[in-house]
Amino acid sequence: MSEFLWQARAALVVAKKNAMVYYLKPPVFTFGIIFPLFFYLAFAAGHAAPPETMAPGIVAMALFFTASAVGPLVTPWERQAKTYERLITSPASLIAILSGDVLAGTGFGSLLALLPLALATLATAASVVAIAPLALGIVLGALSFAALGVLLAAPATQGPSQVMMLSNLVRLPLIFVSGVFIPLAQMPEWGRWLAPFSPLSYCADLIRAGFGEGHYWSTLTDVLALCAFIMGFMLLAARWHRRTRDRAV
Amino acid sequence: MLTRAFGERLAVNAVSFEVAAGEVFGFLGPNGAGKSTTARMLTGFISPTSGRALIAGIDMAKQPSSARRHIGVVPEEANVYADLSVWANVMLMAELHAVPRARRIERATRLLERFDLAGRATQKGAQLSKGLRQRLMLCMALVSEPQILFLDEPTSGLDVASARLIRDIVGEQNRTRGMTVFLTTHNMDEADQLCHRVAIIDKGRLAAIDRPDALRRRVDSRRSVEARFAQFAGEPAGLTPELARAEVTLLPNGFRAYTAQPGALAQAIAVRAAALGLRIESISTLAPTLEDVFLSITSPAAATRCEETAA
Repeated sequence: MSEFLWQARAALVVAKKNAMVYYLKPPVFTFGIIFPLFFYLAFAAGHAAPPETMAPGIVAMALFFTASAVGPLVTPWERQAKTYERLITSPASLIAILSGDVLAGTGFGSLLALLPLALATLATAASVVAIAPLALGIVLGALSFAALGVLLAAPATQGPSQVMMLSNLVRLPLIFVSGVFIPLAQMPEWGRWLAPFSPLSYCADLIRAGFGEGHYWSTLTDVLALCAFIMGFMLLAARWHRRTRDRAV
Repeated sequence: MLTRAFGERLAVNAVSFEVAAGEVFGFLGPNGAGKSTTARMLTGFISPTSGRALIAGIDMAKQPSSARRHIGVVPEEANVYADLSVWANVMLMAELHAVPRARRIERATRLLERFDLAGRATQKGAQLSKGLRQRLMLCMALVSEPQILFLDEPTSGLDVASARLIRDIVGEQNRTRGMTVFLTTHNMDEADQLCHRVAIIDKGRLAAIDRPDALRRRVDSRRSVEARFAQFAGEPAGLTPELARAEVTLLPNGFRAYTAQPGALAQAIAVRAAALGLRIESISTLAPTLEDVFLSITSPAAATRCEETAA
């Protein structure tokens, strides 16, 4: 078996372990559904816009929250539960372990994002007109958000609460600069200037295109930007995790 | 030579040794001596500040994944996945080592049986006692049938039965499969029973490395005589003049005296006891233990006592 295939297999084993240990739990599911829903309701309460116009935003935000929710906590949980050292000393490389964490977050986020998607198409006037950009937006968006989550897991700490604070400090502002509820073209200039620095902007743009709304960037730009975010987050995560892996033991 | 610094502090300082295939190698040292840091460099968990570790001939820094395919690890203070079942915990490690499905099922079944965990296969890790968790961790380390097993304080804090079971199985795996074992421990009896050779590390430096019997010979002055009487409340020094010069530890109804000539001292004690009408329950000469060797190397006070007694 080539080294790449060996590590790809190890990544799937880690993803399966994460799903069993961290994701398939009622509180995690509940959090993944309730948090974006209440965020949406809080925003919708102040706007008179029809619900179907907000469907792409709620799908993108649900995807963002769910795919990046657990990733920041996995490494601190493993450290706290004292399972981390044995995982690191297994034949799975650090990249394979981090990829497993990303795959688990991607699967979880993509699955839970189908829920608001189904609700939006069944219960409102919104409809999907282009499957490809929507699918690309969900899959690449989930990968980039999960990779961001794994990057945020790197600080040398055994305390998940500390990582949670950092995670929210990074994730919450991204929502406001990413054109989730307000199309980028209608955002103030400072918002349009900041939006390209958030992966959520490109994801929301692709999902918006899937619902037949106007593009801000081309599909190719969105896809390339999301791929760049995935690669960048993974490289940074690998570098940071390598530096901190033995500091919080 | 492996060196690891944490800031200004040298946790491991130019340590170098080789462990032969099929050997059980004990790594002893007081708390904070650098045992676990050395083990962690060997398993690739932390990188050395300088030097390199070759595992089964593979450079751990250059090809960590390849090197780790040859090893099983039971880290100090590690744990099992509390939310996974006993069976799922073992399967996870087998899958990470890419053990084929049929083989991992066969091995896991056999190991759980051997470790007396078969009846608990569906229990969650969280439901296990410390001793059972440690047994499970050893199952997880052995399911890949590693060429080299790293055990960091494997029996620390365990009940006698669990500790003995773990020692028996490690010894058995070494004899039947030729598995090499790197064992860090505080337990001198364990090292004495299991290890072909031991190394003693102190303040980050390797202080001694040899076979346990050869190390014991280094501290012949720590041979001793242990005497127990039906009743004894006096001062051992009043019994014979030799005892006044020897280092003596009081025991219930008796004492242990350290000497380079235990036979002569035992005879003198027996003669004197008979003359005084003391009834001897037992009198025996004892060889130095690995603990004596350890203390003579790692505790300056004990070392000084040894030298004085020898003089």
